[in-house]
Amino acid sequence: MTTDTPRQLTLRILRSSPSEGIEPHWQDFRVEEAEGMTLFIALNEVRDTLDPSLQFDFVCRAGICGSCGMLIDGRPGLACRSLTRDFGPLITLAPLPVFALIGDLSVDTGSWMRGTAERLETWIHSQAEPDLTAVEAKMEPELAEAIYELDRCIECGCCVAGCGTLRMREDFVGAVGLNKIARFRLDPRDERSDEDYYELIGDDAGVFGCMSLLGCHDVCPKGLPLQTQIAFLRRKMVAVGLK
Amino acid sequence: MRILYTDVLVIGGGLAGLRAAVGARRRGHDVIILSLVPAKRSHSAAAQGGMQASLGNTARGEGDNEDVHFEDTVRGSDWGCDQAVARLFVHAAPQAVRELAAWGVPWNRVRAGEREVVMDGRRVTLSERPEAHGLIAARDFGGTKKWRTCYVSDGTGHGMLYAVSDKAVAEGIPVHERMEAIALIHEGGRCHGAIVRNLVTGELVAYVAKATCIATGGFGRIYRVTSNAVINEGIGAAIALETGAACLGNMEAVQFHPTTIFPAGILVTEGCRGDGGLLKDAAGHRFMPDYEPEKKELASRDVVSRRMEEHIRAGHGVNSRFGEHLWLDITLLGAAHIDSRLREVKEICRHFLGIDPARDFIPVRPAQHYSMGGIRTDARGEAYGLAGLFACGEAACWDLHGFNRLGGNSVAETVVAGMIVGENIADFVESSAGELRVSTALVQEFLAAEQAKLDTLLQGNGNESATEIRRRMQDIMTDKVGIFRRGDLLAEAVDELQALLQRSRRIGVATRRPGSNPELVAAYRVQKMLKLALCVAYGALQRTESRGAHYREDHPRRDDANWLKRTLASWSDPFQTLPTLAYEALDVRRMELPPGWRGYGARDAIEHPATAPRAVEIATIREAFGHADRYTVQQALMPYEHLVPVRFRGRNERLGDAS
Ligand SMILES: Cc1cc2nc3c(=O)[nH]c(=O)nc-3n(C[C@H](O)[C@H](O)[C@H](O)COP(=O)(O)OP(=O)(O)OC[C@H]3O[C@@H](n4cnc5c(N)ncnc54)[C@H](O)[C@@H]3O)c2cc1C
Ligand code: SF4
Ligand code: SF4
Ligand code: FES
Repeated sequence: MTTDTPRQLTLRILRSSPSEGIEPHWQDFRVEEAEGMTLFIALNEVRDTLDPSLQFDFVCRAGICGSCGMLIDGRPGLACRSLTRDFGPLITLAPLPVFALIGDLSVDTGSWMRGTAERLETWIHSQAEPDLTAVEAKMEPELAEAIYELDRCIECGCCVAGCGTLRMREDFVGAVGLNKIARFRLDPRDERSDEDYYELIGDDAGVFGCMSLLGCHDVCPKGLPLQTQIAFLRRKMVAVGLK
Repeated sequence: MRILYTDVLVIGGGLAGLRAAVGARRRGHDVIILSLVPAKRSHSAAAQGGMQASLGNTARGEGDNEDVHFEDTVRGSDWGCDQAVARLFVHAAPQAVRELAAWGVPWNRVRAGEREVVMDGRRVTLSERPEAHGLIAARDFGGTKKWRTCYVSDGTGHGMLYAVSDKAVAEGIPVHERMEAIALIHEGGRCHGAIVRNLVTGELVAYVAKATCIATGGFGRIYRVTSNAVINEGIGAAIALETGAACLGNMEAVQFHPTTIFPAGILVTEGCRGDGGLLKDAAGHRFMPDYEPEKKELASRDVVSRRMEEHIRAGHGVNSRFGEHLWLDITLLGAAHIDSRLREVKEICRHFLGIDPARDFIPVRPAQHYSMGGIRTDARGEAYGLAGLFACGEAACWDLHGFNRLGGNSVAETVVAGMIVGENIADFVESSAGELRVSTALVQEFLAAEQAKLDTLLQGNGNESATEIRRRMQDIMTDKVGIFRRGDLLAEAVDELQALLQRSRRIGVATRRPGSNPELVAAYRVQKMLKLALCVAYGALQRTESRGAHYREDHPRRDDANWLKRTLASWSDPFQTLPTLAYEALDVRRMELPPGWRGYGARDAIEHPATAPRAVEIATIREAFGHADRYTVQQALMPYEHLVPVRFRGRNERLGDAS
């Protein structure tokens, strides 16, 4: 598939600078495609050669840290692991909705996720202080792996950006939040009961606000089983509600 | 200009900074963490393969303990490490991994019974003890005698970072995100906090603290080809250097990881080889046994990386349009293993190479990976030259790793150092030395000085381009200060970097916007990064021996007689263009393990005169203690317990201990 003349790509980027009162507007940048080019490489080339003021967030550039979520041709995804060859010659890039806009493609996912962590108390609740020199408590290997499966969320915000409910109600916890509850619920080290979880997500801002349209499931770059987890959690919470 | 006060300021929200912050907070002190990015995006998240701790739960880990881990670490360091720190570390690592288990890290667990693994290219059956079922498992890693690397699939760093980060949230510790420390406030050998730039608004804020801890990670981005995240630019180390009072240790000790995908430099974990993956050349030949019959693919990283480059030089590389590379073959591990234990590797291969590692070989070549050097501290984590300044994690050099760090010893170090330094910071804050005595005038002075520097970049008439200078620096480092080093090339590198440093004083910034301004950020950072690059290059030029990752083709032998010492780089005059180097000797007479052969790599070290007498002395002590237990013998050889904070002094229990 290597051709002799590389493609000329147009990156159509939704630019803005709230601090300077610059409203969102589209701007086109042209770059020449290179073999194995990702949007990380392309955007850096734009910044290095065309417009040093362009804002975007990359950290690991390996699809691991969740920094670079953006709307790529309208769909939430990780820019760093998107190869340009998988797209047409015109690629539109816009910041993720829902999150506070910092400028251009950069949004504040951090405060949102911290808010979620505080609200849902996404840590192990345990009365006992661990005895660090004693042999550790055992856990079934399958259970550890099942917990990891849900622990793989990288808080990229793609599911949040793809969620219909979140566009209508700001206080909805989103698939990321529901998945976290599912993760801690599965973990026997966390002593919280379903009643405790019900307090956190047993309403329309929680699991009952979800319309199950699954905008989240399809866009999660880690392929988390959001659909089954949300459905499962809803059944469990309904059971608590009926008690 | 705003001033904020806190007891403890932790600069860096990776594993090391977070764990230190939790420690200080639990002792009742107010803590603020600063981070360039949300804490969970820190580069610790990218660690894949695992964390070393001598639990000894698995069949291949049986018999493991602190002593074995200690020896592996010292050999790995090529005798460059501080052995007392290594002891402290191996003692606390099992506690750290168990603490993380209690905090929710989903460590992979031992499954009792028989299982098939790949070792040395062959399938073998291992049998795990029934009583170990459900305990924390471990995999093999380079340079270790036992399988000691605890892991969470190949998302170990992610699992650890999320658990510790959520713990910090539970403790109510604020993380001020998108805040960058750009200078330390200090006077008369005492650090009082930092001047911090808000990366969104551009505002400068002074954070005044009783104790300041730098945990800003590595500085891989001074190289062009690196596995490091784009934020690993070493600004934390640079601001310590710029105080003129603190110094950086062993900056020339830079690790290159054998397997980063070619040409992007994205890492695939050492776990690939630990689990049985092989390195192959253009002919499909497995070449490592030819060079390293003992440890083969699992010699230490410095050795494997060098052998790979050597093999490419000998004409066995695979040609591609980006240059030459070698192959990593994990197809023999099978799809099921890759799907469960090497998932990130699979994702990386799919997204960045378009291949399936269960079927295809992975193109790899060594790339810069880890900074052994950093802010020189004592074994308590307090910086040389500046009271009230602490450092931990990859940013620090308390000197666990010497000239080569073992895989899995870094994430272990971050949490262990965080545990230990966090306690020491609390002790400091509670002591009379910890009292806050700083004048507002001093703080204002530092604020004004930093503002003036930024104004010069924004409003001055400089015309140099930060992007161009940065690219040039990265090229020089990768081309001339890489895996193979030579005096003439290093001298060239030093000259060129000095010229770049001078040019960097005339950088102009076109974007005048005061707030979020990536161009301005690039400008002030490259000025600092060049100083680090010079510490690395100049230190490497002066060190006329080969040790660990520092390999001089013109001085290929390890020279204990002349170079068993640590480089200390300082920068007291802002206008100097070279660091001032000093050296700190390592004392063979106090080593528990005197210098010798590592068990892999070269055997031709030039001996230190104190080595033989010390070996005799050790033999005598061992004999005198006859049947005493290993703790007593160890204590007699090299006491280190005084370095362990009281709460971590207990002995680590293991399965099968007679208790
Ligand atoms: C790809 C990869 C894989 C690895 N795999 C392993 C492995 O399997 N096992 C292992 O043991 N080690 C591994 N390592 C090494 C290990 O991950 C790192 O050494 C370790 O995580 C560093 O942790 P840290 O807390 O010191 O720094 P980091 O996690 O890098 O955190 C640095 C923090 O400092 C902040 N910061 C930086 N500068 C500033 C500033 N000026 N002002 C404010 N904040 C600042 C950042 O925002 C960040 O929060 C790997 C490294 C890489 C690159
Ligand atoms: S659930 Fe998936 S899409 Fe949502 S934040 Fe986590 S990783 Fe991203
Ligand atoms: S399924 Fe629920 S969480 Fe997912 S996008 Fe739809 S409303 Fe949002
Ligand atoms: S930069 Fe880390 S996921 Fe894209």
